[in-house]
Amino acid sequence: MASADEIREGLASILEEVADVKAADVSDDKSFTDDLDVDSLSMVEVAMAAEEKFGVKIPDDELPKLKTVGDAVAYIQSNA
Amino acid sequence: MTLTTTTGSAHTRILGLGHYRPGNVITNQELIARGVDTDDEWIKSRVGIAERRWADPGETVVDMAEQAGSKALAAAGLTAADVDLVLVATCTMPTPVPSAAPHLASRLGIAAPGAYDISSGCSGFVYAINAASAAVQTGQARNVLVVASERFSGWLDMADRSTCIILADGAGAAVIGASATPGLGPVVWGSDGAQFDAVAIDDETRFFRQDGQSVYRWATSAMVPVAFEACERAGIRPSDVAAFVPHQANLRIIDALARKLGAPNAIVARDIVTSGNTSAASIPIALSRMVEAGEIPSGAPVLLLGFGSGLAYAGQVVLAP
Repeated sequence: MASADEIREGLASILEEVADVKAADVSDDKSFTDDLDVDSLSMVEVAMAAEEKFGVKIPDDELPKLKTVGDAVAYIQSNA
Repeated sequence: MTLTTTTGSAHTRILGLGHYRPGNVITNQELIARGVDTDDEWIKSRVGIAERRWADPGETVVDMAEQAGSKALAAAGLTAADVDLVLVATCTMPTPVPSAAPHLASRLGIAAPGAYDISSGCSGFVYAINAASAAVQTGQARNVLVVASERFSGWLDMADRSTCIILADGAGAAVIGASATPGLGPVVWGSDGAQFDAVAIDDETRFFRQDGQSVYRWATSAMVPVAFEACERAGIRPSDVAAFVPHQANLRIIDALARKLGAPNAIVARDIVTSGNTSAASIPIALSRMVEAGEIPSGAPVLLLGFGSGLAYAGQVVLAP
């Protein structure tokens, strides 16, 4: 079971790869769309990479609920 | 009682290609001028489209098909008298009946051929060339004219900026006929009808709509093994592919598929940049334009990959005419 810190770190490297987001910008309070400029299709890429990395299923209808990095960390932690 | 049957040519190929793009160039700025709340840089970077073509108000699916179809016949060195079957792949006829194919045949002076439409959205062209090939192989037709023609400008919700910036109009055509050697590899086709509602023309609004995230996930994951299998079944490696012509859905889907396919020697069709997404017509328009521009040598293997509404897909390696 990955810790919240490990998940956040993993997400940061995915975000860097998929959407050119700087790791230093990734923190729980950041909104994917408003703060990190991750659009809806990039969110699908992030979700697919996170599924592989953390062994979790993130259906498309869950994506709109994951507004911030903290939402995603919490979702992955409770569903992995 | 035993029935007599016919046999045709064991092998088939694309004899000629043609395309037609309407003269009406709609730039991103033009969309903004028409009231779409969007941004040129945003569309270019997120969807990859600089401009698209829309038909004139009076210009129909059959009008565009006629232009593309006559060019394909000329490129094949054939006349109307050589064609026994006409197939039209379209999902944007103004009404469900009549179908486009008999009308198109009549316009082109093809006397009383077999004629029908194929409705499979964005994968329609690949399905149609396989129906055409089967007709030649079974001796039901000497040559088949296949035209994909779409007129999405009549089905767009201009308040939905996720779709009205993408969809466009145009037609692409191919003539399929007998060949001494195989010119069409085995098709790899399939569908996922559980996602039937992901790409649709809404029955109440009559507007095109799609669940972009689901389609993106499906296209960039499920279509990758289809591309590999189409190569494998044709007996070639991805490194042998001279051109990769996927459905021109969205530049990010095209780039993701090209990256995952890893065909180092292939030119990748990026016709969406100036043609938009023309559904069934996108593959033959892109292929025809690449061949016309001399980008694909005659006889070179081309990987076609149609996918979309249904959800349905069809991948296939063909040799350029």
